[in-house]
Amino acid sequence: MILTIDGVRKSFTGPEGSVRVLDGLHLDLAAGETLALTGESGSGKSTLLTLVAGLDAPDEGRIMVSGQQVNALDDSARAALRRTTVGLVFQQFNLIPSLNVAANLAFQARLAGRLDMPWLEEVTGRLGLSDLGNRYPEQLSGGQQQRVAIGRTLAARPALILADEPTGNLDEAAADRVLDLMLELSRDSGAALLMVTHSKRLAGRLDRRVHLSRGRVA
Amino acid sequence: MWRATAGVLASHWRRHPGQTATLLLGLALATALWTGVQAINAEARASYDRAADVVTQNGRPVIRDPSGADIPLEIYVALRRAGWPVAPVVEGRADIAGRDVTLIGIDPLSAPVLPAAEPTEGSATPETDTEGLIAFIGPPGRLMAAPETAARLRGALSQDVLNTPDIAPGTAIGDIGIVSQLLGLQNVITRMIVVADPPAHAPPLAQLAPGLEQLAPEAGADMAGLTGSFHLNLTAFGLLSFTVGLFIVHGAIGLAFEQRRGMFRTIRALGVPARTLGVLVAIELAIIATLAGAVGVGLGYVIAAALLPDVAATLRGLYGAPASGALALRPSWVAAGFAMAWLGTGIAAAQALWRMARLPLLESAQPRAWALASSASQTRQALAGLGILCVGAFAGWLADGLVAGFTALGGLLLGAALGLPWVLARGLAFAERRARAPLTEWFWADTRQQLPGLSLALMALMLALAANIGVSTMVGSFRGTFTGWLDQRLAAEIYLDAGTEDRADEIRTWLDPQVDAILPQVWTEAELGGEPATLRGLPNHATYRDNWPLLTPASGVWNALERGEGILINEQFARRTGTSTGDVVRLDDWTAPVLAVYSDYGNPGAEAAVGLRLFSQLHPNVPQVRFAVRLPVADAPKMVEALQNEFALGADQMRDQAALKALSLEIFERTFAVTGALNVLTLGVAAVAMLTSLLTLATQRLPQVAPIWAMGLGRTQIARLELLRSALLALGTAVCAIPVGLALAWVLLAVVNVAAFGWRLPMQVFPSDWVGLTALALLAALAAAALPARRLGRRPPADLLKVFANDR
Ligand SMILES: Nc1ncnc2c1ncn2[C@@H]1O[C@H](COP(=O)(O)OP(=O)(O)OP(=O)(O)O)[C@@H](O)[C@H]1O
Ligand SMILES: [Mg+2]
Repeated sequence: MILTIDGVRKSFTGPEGSVRVLDGLHLDLAAGETLALTGESGSGKSTLLTLVAGLDAPDEGRIMVSGQQVNALDDSARAALRRTTVGLVFQQFNLIPSLNVAANLAFQARLAGRLDMPWLEEVTGRLGLSDLGNRYPEQLSGGQQQRVAIGRTLAARPALILADEPTGNLDEAAADRVLDLMLELSRDSGAALLMVTHSKRLAGRLDRRVHLSRGRVA
Repeated sequence: MWRATAGVLASHWRRHPGQTATLLLGLALATALWTGVQAINAEARASYDRAADVVTQNGRPVIRDPSGADIPLEIYVALRRAGWPVAPVVEGRADIAGRDVTLIGIDPLSAPVLPAAEPTEGSATPETDTEGLIAFIGPPGRLMAAPETAARLRGALSQDVLNTPDIAPGTAIGDIGIVSQLLGLQNVITRMIVVADPPAHAPPLAQLAPGLEQLAPEAGADMAGLTGSFHLNLTAFGLLSFTVGLFIVHGAIGLAFEQRRGMFRTIRALGVPARTLGVLVAIELAIIATLAGAVGVGLGYVIAAALLPDVAATLRGLYGAPASGALALRPSWVAAGFAMAWLGTGIAAAQALWRMARLPLLESAQPRAWALASSASQTRQALAGLGILCVGAFAGWLADGLVAGFTALGGLLLGAALGLPWVLARGLAFAERRARAPLTEWFWADTRQQLPGLSLALMALMLALAANIGVSTMVGSFRGTFTGWLDQRLAAEIYLDAGTEDRADEIRTWLDPQVDAILPQVWTEAELGGEPATLRGLPNHATYRDNWPLLTPASGVWNALERGEGILINEQFARRTGTSTGDVVRLDDWTAPVLAVYSDYGNPGAEAAVGLRLFSQLHPNVPQVRFAVRLPVADAPKMVEALQNEFALGADQMRDQAALKALSLEIFERTFAVTGALNVLTLGVAAVAMLTSLLTLATQRLPQVAPIWAMGLGRTQIARLELLRSALLALGTAVCAIPVGLALAWVLLAVVNVAAFGWRLPMQVFPSDWVGLTALALLAALAAAALPARRLGRRPPADLLKVFANDR
């Protein structure tokens, strides 16, 4: 198993008091497996991804990524995990505004210490970003930014890709092309993919589909 | 990983050259301010010392012949051989180019005070110390004189004549050999200055030179105390500018973090550990601080040199002047400048790094939430400020001593600065509640939300303003005191010293029909309340009734004094012993009632005064050989000349007080002008800090402004509101700064000064200055807001639309 989620609970305290978002969640993902995570807005999908990436800690439960318990690691070990094992595609893109597209695409691979130029060029080309290398994020459309965010993760060849609605800003054709690429990568390198999506059509193309409801897998 | 991360950090500065420039500028200016203040402080001290020296002739005793006769050179040699540290002086009058000039010859190697000349005009290469010394000794030698006198002498003599503003008009100073030649003197000198106390084993003067007498410097005229007080206050100003600088550096660095918050979050989410990021940011900031510090030190030097066109002149004296002929860039200033840049950066960075380490990795901080969160921290900060203020006030009130004074000073500054955002926020909240129209309501609410981002800049502005008010109050009070001191001590037009009683009688008889009054000046040592003190005898004359600075003026004091019914005591003694008017105090064998207390600025010792008649009875042996002469001011110069011609009185025996006063005040004024310029500079630096903050906020503010724009408010209108906002915040800050500045001045004058010297400078306030300063602050704020507002006014709608397109 590349990912094991075991009895995870998570609450947030807002102005209305404490709200339980995840309530004893269990989920497994095998290496190379692809999984679609669906659920209505506010059901906790993004929250789950941040817990897996070690950006936040669960209140209870265990999260294992490639044999390491994420919520027991210290900051630098969690950072190392994100750098080398887990690739994140954020819902809000989170590109680095001061780097141009080419540098943004190469950034995570350089951090991980495995920049592979031919592979980077292939990813760039297949995402249709070849002509945009010198632009800065603020000069891109929403869809273009999203493709850069995906390319950045794919270029680093992580073992586990966590993607939060990676096709939310793309038209159907582009969404299909992006998903093709992600599936191809996971097949080629044995990477597992955990993808949040609202699209039933796209969800259907993945190995497995899980629906979140009331903080549990329905 | 390290290289990739370092590259990202650098990319931000490359991508935003404007932010880079403002950060460096803010840091550099703060450093420059501090370096400049130090340079100017040193210069102000030097010029103040010179003013004091001119009046008191450095307070050294003099050896001379009581009859005014020349002293054979052998006696000087004998004294030197016996170990007496004396410096020879020749003095005489000569007719040069049809005008009488007093020539004073000194030995440059042993004289205690040397005048500082301005650099010779048009000289291609500045000369070294040695070259200067050689040129001074000659042949042909060079003379130094006040500019007007120098202009007259030039050409009439074969010697170079240098402009030297500190020398009294009508006088020229040169090497003893040259002057002896000009005066036609051979192997004689006029007097000797006792440069230091003679060693214990040295034979007494009476044995070595029986005919000569040693004269102590005039009692009470020692300005060391006054000078010391001014130095202390300048040091305090240095501290103030350091604090202002620290706040500015802190603000600039804080913004550098704020601007990159999102980026830090992203790269950490992508797998850069907090520690790696922290180390890299620390290195980055150290580089920035060093770069900006270097620029700042250079800039401070340039500023100081520009503010003091005569700094180069005054420091480049004949000796001990830097070879470059310009203001010396002293290692201590350089070190202090860098210390400032590093310390400010270090404090700010430590705080920011700590916050960064705890930064939630998830995007949750909405601007509104952030403002709300910081409203709580604002209150906490204000409470902390209040606590610090209380500690400061407590120290100022209850404790004594310099440490307490400086604690009070620090507590006041820090406490007031910390409390400022809270006070402003309360004011804005009040305005928001009173607002009727939705636009005004939005305006106030939006201003309040901007406050956290601006608060450091506003704190710096407030400190700058408070320092301004504090220092101008302090300096103004000081000037008033100094003038008052001159008027009190040097009320008469001419002071002369006849040397012997016979000559005194001669001069008196000659003078009597020509002047309004001749007032004997007598004093002696006495024991006052068990401690050694000076006792003066005051003649019964309007000069004293009108000018003597009684702290508690009461009717009948002078008549009672004249009748010998009591004594006056000085403030130092009164404060130290808790004596006040109506008490009795032992004066030698007499239990004397205290009639009044008088202020006696700058005198470290105890002093008492009695009527002249009583003084003569108590001390019949004290000869009356010194006089203050009253006559119409306009007649004084002529009378001085007549006295010199009639009785051959030397420059050390007679003073035309009007000329001396004018000279001292002029030197003093120069210092004030510099302080004024410095104040403007401080404000300018604070304005830059505000500009930096506003520019940064402008980019972060789009999401707040865009909806208002979408709802139908024009971009120019929004821009105008931005200007108004800055002006209002500056106004509020200025209003808060006034009481802080006054409190500051009060602490300086009434706590620090009393703690250091035992006497209190009376505080004088100058409300018109406050109005001017407030206007200046408004101007600075408007200037700082102009650029961001203009940019906002011209922002393409596409930028504003983007806010909606991807909701950030
Ligand atoms: N930092 C936070 N503080 C308080 N509540 C939070 C925080 N983050 C998320 N929540 C709440 O947790 C719940 C789950 O949020 P999450 O972002 O995981 O939903 P989601 O399933 O990703 O929704 P969407 O499909 O709209 O992206 C929401 O109700 C949200 O309001
Ligand atoms: Mg989500």
